Amino acid sequence: MLDINKIRKDFPILNRTVNGKPLVYFDNAATSQTPQQVIDVIVDYYSNYNANIHRGVHTLSQEATDKYEDARHIIQQHFNAEKAHEIIFTSGTTHSINLVANGFASLIKKGDELIVSALEHHSNIVPWQMLCEKTGATLKVIPMTLEGELDMEAYANLLSNKTKLVFVNHISNALGTINPIKTIIDQAHKFGAAVLIDGAQACPHIKPDVQALNVDFYVTSAHKICGPTGVGMLYGKEEWLTKMQPYQGGGEMIDQVTFEKTTYAGLPHKFEAGTPNICGGIAFGAALNYMNAIGFDKIAGYEHELLEYGTKKLKEIEGLKIYGTSKNKTSVISFNLEGIHPYDVGTLLDKMGIAVRTGHHCAQPIMDFYKIPGTIRASFAFYNSKTEIDALVAGVKKAKMMLS
Amino acid sequence: MQTIKEIQDEIVDEFSMFEDWEERYQYMIDLGKTLPLIAPEYKTEDNIIKGCQSKVWVHAEMEDNKIAFTADSDAIITKGIIAILIRAFSNQHPKDILEANTDFIDQIGLKEHLSPTRANGLVSMIKQIKMYAIAYQTQLQ
Repeated sequence: MLDINKIRKDFPILNRTVNGKPLVYFDNAATSQTPQQVIDVIVDYYSNYNANIHRGVHTLSQEATDKYEDARHIIQQHFNAEKAHEIIFTSGTTHSINLVANGFASLIKKGDELIVSALEHHSNIVPWQMLCEKTGATLKVIPMTLEGELDMEAYANLLSNKTKLVFVNHISNALGTINPIKTIIDQAHKFGAAVLIDGAQACPHIKPDVQALNVDFYVTSAHKICGPTGVGMLYGKEEWLTKMQPYQGGGEMIDQVTFEKTTYAGLPHKFEAGTPNICGGIAFGAALNYMNAIGFDKIAGYEHELLEYGTKKLKEIEGLKIYGTSKNKTSVISFNLEGIHPYDVGTLLDKMGIAVRTGHHCAQPIMDFYKIPGTIRASFAFYNSKTEIDALVAGVKKAKMMLS
Repeated sequence: MQTIKEIQDEIVDEFSMFEDWEERYQYMIDLGKTLPLIAPEYKTEDNIIKGCQSKVWVHAEMEDNKIAFTADSDAIITKGIIAILIRAFSNQHPKDILEANTDFIDQIGLKEHLSPTRANGLVSMIKQIKMYAIAYQTQLQ
């Protein structure tokens, strides 16, 4: 069991009020809050050893480099990557996906097919559309069902020898559906296609094992996992990373530069041009340490309890419809009140100190599928409580009364 | 005829009677619900302003050198604010519309709805109102 009162004390922001009410933070799928343990690491970095890394011979630079590379090892171990240089620091999931999409430009040709799913965030759609425009490849879409699950039969039919890449999220940000990624990966591999899994929504709840999954690329952001914004990672199998072209040119990513020819540095530096978010990377490692100390099994178990409790309580409200009803989902409840615009409900909930997300959640194709302008999304984290869910339910009831 | 400033002062006065956010929002919701704001034939793709969160439609016509605005939104609170904006800016001379501002929205505690990052279409709607005013003003000259 999680000691929820003790955990809540780790998050200073949970003590604040919004519009005169205690903050109820249910926008965790957009960004998670930061525990004191991670804040301390950020303060320590800027207070004691802020320096540019990898080049300096002075002590501060060495300390910062060591901590930054330690963080890479923490991430490697967390995701069970075989090699540390298979972990590339990026500015976040979107950057990671763009890096792969650009790196593949020279490996994709006209007539090739790429497969995306109907459940994706725009950031796992648009970079690939750009790649298709550049190369003349075609984008195919795995359709979704009413429950918000992927149609796996349709997926099997989309795969062929023309398929070069498949990119699917581990968990849908708009609906919370956990996708059967192991099956998706295995089936794609039968046709020699590489698979990228967008783990932005999964990593707060699940500890993925990239070797067990045998995934080619796994990407995520630190700020969804109690870390800071502006930093994330790309896991890529060494064989793919070696084949891919570098995404950005600049310092750190070179071996030798002359005006005639530049040779690139080895992995991971080939993909890490410029001064990185050093403090962010170190704090990313600290955030994973924090989460692992609590334990992902415990986190997932408790969040499932919150999901069941919230679903049951919200369903009792007449006219409330939940989108994404897969049995296999994480602690995200996307819903609407009949005849009421999600923006109105979100605005009133904010007045009551309750932070939810409203709108299309950067997943317009899903909203088009349900023929709705958007949803209200409450996403729970391990530091949320049932009392907070009660406040949400009371808030939704009140909003409904005011808007009906 | 009341000037824009007089109407705005009147609205600020009305809102000062509300004791808390609930009364303020309930009033806007009621405004949003009751007012027919635009003729259905003007609720077209051409007149739409797409916010990320809610949609807004705006239509303008000039009669006797005054612009009459009609508008609508798919979200009730947005529609309530539109009702207030239209009350202030509609049936006014283009020049007066161009010179007027929306500071009164801050004074009635609804400032957050006019934040450009809110993406509810209202900021674009005010821009659109000003654009119509510029266009009609040019016609008059």
